[in-house]
Amino acid sequence: MVKCSLLSATILLASGCSSLGVQPWERDLLAKDEMALTSSPIDAALDDHIYFSKEASSGGKGFGGGGCGCN
Amino acid sequence: MQLNKKKTPINMKAALTIATSALLGTVPTAVNAADEVSNSAKAQQESTWDFDTAFLYYSESDRVSAAEAIIAATKTFENDEVLNLKLTIDALTGASANGATAQPNVQTFTRPSGKGSYQTQANETPLDDTFKDTRVQLNAQWTQPLAENYTGSAGVHISKEYDYLSLGVNGNLAYDFNQKNSTVSLGLSYFQDTFEPEGGIPVAFASMPTAFGDDDVESSNAKADFNTTRRIDSDDKTTADIMIGFTQVINRRMLTQFNYSYSKVDGYLNDPFKILSVVDNKGIAQDYRYENRPDSRVKQSLFAQTKYHFDENIIDVSYRYMWDDWKIDSHTIDSRLRIPLSSNSYIEPHLRFYQQTAADFYQPFLAQENSIPEFASADYRIGEMSAYTVGVKYGMKMSDGNDLSFRLEYYRQDPKDSGHIAPGALAEVDLYESVDAVLFQVSYSF
Repeated sequence: MVKCSLLSATILLASGCSSLGVQPWERDLLAKDEMALTSSPIDAALDDHIYFSKEASSGGKGFGGGGCGCN
Repeated sequence: MQLNKKKTPINMKAALTIATSALLGTVPTAVNAADEVSNSAKAQQESTWDFDTAFLYYSESDRVSAAEAIIAATKTFENDEVLNLKLTIDALTGASANGATAQPNVQTFTRPSGKGSYQTQANETPLDDTFKDTRVQLNAQWTQPLAENYTGSAGVHISKEYDYLSLGVNGNLAYDFNQKNSTVSLGLSYFQDTFEPEGGIPVAFASMPTAFGDDDVESSNAKADFNTTRRIDSDDKTTADIMIGFTQVINRRMLTQFNYSYSKVDGYLNDPFKILSVVDNKGIAQDYRYENRPDSRVKQSLFAQTKYHFDENIIDVSYRYMWDDWKIDSHTIDSRLRIPLSSNSYIEPHLRFYQQTAADFYQPFLAQENSIPEFASADYRIGEMSAYTVGVKYGMKMSDGNDLSFRLEYYRQDPKDSGHIAPGALAEVDLYESVDAVLFQVSYSF
């Protein structure tokens, strides 16, 4: 049952999204470095380290695993 | 697609390329400027490394300060294989809240090692000023196309500090469809951490022993007393993460991402340096006890991010909802707006809001009249809290094509009372002291 609904949700999502998107020649803006989902990986790594050690939450965007004894 | 022109390499880049290649046992094929200029774009791509470096200074008023340096090297090979190597070095120093409450009188605490003690003045939040560590971290990540529309990635992580070792592996598989406008991904990661704190692992809820000195006549007795409060020298924890992601291009200007993460942490989850004050009905501390947390934690989170390209500006907004079986849940909103100032410089304001509820075993102190609970921690980081970050980044492209940026941010944490009645003297002191921090970062990519 769960599998079935998951499967249909995925199909629905995939088919719903097929009307979204752009043609390959329309990627001029999306191809910019600053449009990447993580446009500054170094900033993101430093921020993750700070917030991991100061707050009870971590991860979400990437893995929030171990790595330091700061928490 | 790489749109920016490859720039003329400077000597540092050549030197680092040789060093990186030597480390990997490969020979750099073309590292001098003449070769680069004459070769085709593809040959350039095969022969060069791109370096991203950063230095960060983080400082809390009266508490911890940290200096962190990162150097990351990325090389794209033929067939779009990408190798990323990253070295992180950081040094921490300063004072950290030990969990005990402020008191109307001076308090004396034994250092975690047992060798010596430190004092906290009346009405001040007790801070352990022996906090000091240096950490070295290495990451390596390999990403490559596996088949049409499939991309695989695998990585290793090692991090070592004086009293802590962390080893990790990760793997990720992504599938593009709908003309690469949609991507689904599955990621797994596993960490194995070992904690070997100075002075050993305290027995849960053991009373803080008195300090022993090296030359003291009574030191052997005091040391024996200290040892009865220690369980073992080191302990471990493991972290297993699963992440499912979905990325969708909405239109020419907009893309979105959704992630679901499941994380299971098992093992030693206490902070061996954190204690709780045991107070009488007048709010006066009678004893200090080491904390005790459950030995497992399951965290889940939902994350959504969207980026939108206006005519000039780019906005980046994300939201994360996290919940766990310690009854902590949290909301995080993060937003950045990139505003070009000219064709080669930009300014980027940053705003972040964070809010969390307390773990069900969080309590700011233990009442003497109550029996000791199964679990308790006074670590404000698992208490109720809100926080915000305000920052700005300025970036520019240099005449040689390299990128230089500066980032300045202010971070404030406001711990809150989640309904604990403070008896007597505790009503007069600040049990939920705010923390202010400033961070400054310089980044250079070449």
